[in-house]
Amino acid sequence: MTKYRVATALILIISALLAFFIYRTEVRESRYDLKLGLDLSGGTHLVYDADVIKVAEGEIEDAMQTLRDVIERRVNLFGVSEPIVQTESGLGVSGEVEHRLIIELPGVTDINEAIRRIGETPTLEFKLQKSDTEAEALIESFQRQNGTTTDPELLQDLIDDLYTDTGLTGRFLSRAQVVFDPTTNAPIVQITFNDEGAALFEKITRENKGKILSIFLDGVPISEPVIQEEIKGGTAVITGSFTAVEAKDLARNLNYGALPLPIELVNTQTIGPSLGRNALTAGVKAGIAGFVLVALFMILWYRLPGLIAVISLITYLILSIAFYKLFGITITAAGLAGLVLSLGIAIDANVLIFERYKEGHAKGIYGAEGWQEAFSRAWLAIRDGNVTGIISAVVLYYSGTFLTQSFALTLGLGIIISMFTAITITRTFLLALNIKGVTPTSRFLLGNGINLTPKA
Amino acid sequence: MFITSHRKFFVTLTIVFVVLSIGSLLFKGIPVGIEFKGGSIIEMSYESLPDKTALEAELQKSFESFSLRQIGEKGYALRTNALNQEGQEQAIQALTLGETIPGTVERVSDIGPTIGAELQKKAWIAILIVSVLIVLYVAFAFRGSAHGVSGWTYGWVTIVTLLHDVIVPAGIFVWYSASTGAELDVLAIMAMLAILGYSVNDTVVIFDRVRENLRLNEENNKREPFEETVGKSLSQSLTRSINTSVTTALVLVAIFFLGSASTKAFSFFLLMGVIAGSYSTICFAAPLLTWFKRKEVKK
Repeated sequence: MTKYRVATALILIISALLAFFIYRTEVRESRYDLKLGLDLSGGTHLVYDADVIKVAEGEIEDAMQTLRDVIERRVNLFGVSEPIVQTESGLGVSGEVEHRLIIELPGVTDINEAIRRIGETPTLEFKLQKSDTEAEALIESFQRQNGTTTDPELLQDLIDDLYTDTGLTGRFLSRAQVVFDPTTNAPIVQITFNDEGAALFEKITRENKGKILSIFLDGVPISEPVIQEEIKGGTAVITGSFTAVEAKDLARNLNYGALPLPIELVNTQTIGPSLGRNALTAGVKAGIAGFVLVALFMILWYRLPGLIAVISLITYLILSIAFYKLFGITITAAGLAGLVLSLGIAIDANVLIFERYKEGHAKGIYGAEGWQEAFSRAWLAIRDGNVTGIISAVVLYYSGTFLTQSFALTLGLGIIISMFTAITITRTFLLALNIKGVTPTSRFLLGNGINLTPKA
Repeated sequence: MFITSHRKFFVTLTIVFVVLSIGSLLFKGIPVGIEFKGGSIIEMSYESLPDKTALEAELQKSFESFSLRQIGEKGYALRTNALNQEGQEQAIQALTLGETIPGTVERVSDIGPTIGAELQKKAWIAILIVSVLIVLYVAFAFRGSAHGVSGWTYGWVTIVTLLHDVIVPAGIFVWYSASTGAELDVLAIMAMLAILGYSVNDTVVIFDRVRENLRLNEENNKREPFEETVGKSLSQSLTRSINTSVTTALVLVAIFFLGSASTKAFSFFLLMGVIAGSYSTICFAAPLLTWFKRKEVKK
């Protein structure tokens, strides 16, 4: 029995620590902030359908990846905190596989602005780096004017000044691919221009041997090779110390300098921040009310064991919330409902155990022995019942949208964690108490029902 | 036991409920949310609520079919077919009477019809899969002809009970949505799936008891008519069954009354499901089980 008392103390201490952890990480900005879904934090959710008709079967995956990367780069320029850009593919109505791009922008409420910026065509530019002397002069004059400023706009201007436009852009690129240098076996990227581009390229390389030709993608230089000789025929190689992966990425980005696939907006959602906040407050209120109602019922009906069950329920809540934080699980309004619902389910297991104990009590088996009996006999019913709940949760998770996934997660997790708390924690607490149930008081405490006369 | 000895009455009563519900569904139907049929919802909140007819007149200039409904005390929700950006701007213009009335856009949802149809299909498939898995699980958990009752008997009774547990709440929901304008949205489908999992839970407990009592009878060489065994199992599990439903119902009531607007229809559906599930376990599954297997269990 002592071991149960020790275990009880341990459980209470750990719960208190976790509760403190939850409190600290919510009150201050922390890595372990509870992640809120868009419908609770406000923001924009966009779904684009990608048209893959013109893409060969094996290349779809790559194209979608590139699409995702390009869009993510653009989204990051918004300065949104924690945007989500994901690809998704699933069976559509007609039986074909649909490929989608999902973008979530927490806090962004100007949906038109978001859509406009995402739809912009990116630019692939070839620029010449100015000579060292020119560059130095420019930097000096910049510093004279602006000191050691860190203003991003001014710095961007400076960087732009250090390069000269050549007029050669991604419009003229027809193909890029990774090849391996025949002598060194190093990966290099071979690019091919169309006729117009080839001519322009020839001119640039003829006039600028020895200079650096920088390749800009979306305003950022991604490669700066040295022009070694005049290049005719419109094919060039970009050498550098690439790893195979880097070369592949570069080739891919060059190929798909513009959006690789035509995309069409099929679904938009914007939630204003006050709506989100209201939903959150409402959900929390409902949770507290639900908890209080259940606690009252349990204590009134099951008396002392009911009180134990309520304490065990508190531990369950603390464990669940700590779990969400540690594993970065996003909570939506539906997810919150799932958590509150799981309170009811968590209590169920306790009710099962108490009912079994009541039978033993009626037959004259009290105290620790009675509880052991109750636990072992109730376990099968608990297990079977929760399995069906978990089946539902799993199917919900894989068959739905992001919204249903949140609900399925909190519900499924709730079932699993509650199995643990009911069986382990409730059991430990009850066995630690070790009330034999022989005196009338203790029989009252362990009896149940609303009537006040203890059952014999 | 009261219920099993009046099984004919209870089974008939339940069938009446089911028929009434099916009738409601067929004749009145439930409005389906935009996530399933595609469309747009724009929610605006105002400092002072403008006149509805004025807004509707303005909207009629650009939109053929729409519905404007008041939400809360200071807002309207506009429902139309799917709108592109232009359409949305037009709608927002109309809702503010050409920007003469200050209003805040609280929420904009636009769903293309293909996504809607796709979601519908997914929903049906999900319901089907969960039902099949659950029935298989019950048949498996009660496998073999344990003590004279085969696993499939339990399985069939479970199927019928499940059907009841989905149809009757849906039937009640028809009337709820008729009076509040609630729609069947993705969350309601989730509620349906949750009901499936939860209600079977309840039924399995009774079956568990029946099996245990059958086993005890065998061990003690006791001959007892099956209906008495079931009746006994039912009264033994009655408190447990009701109490677990009560605790879940309490929680759902809290969500329904205090939770956010988006979870109202969902919690209502689930609440009805829990009540129906509890009812069906006690007054339907048990008597039905007796009906299926009216033979004495021999040693």
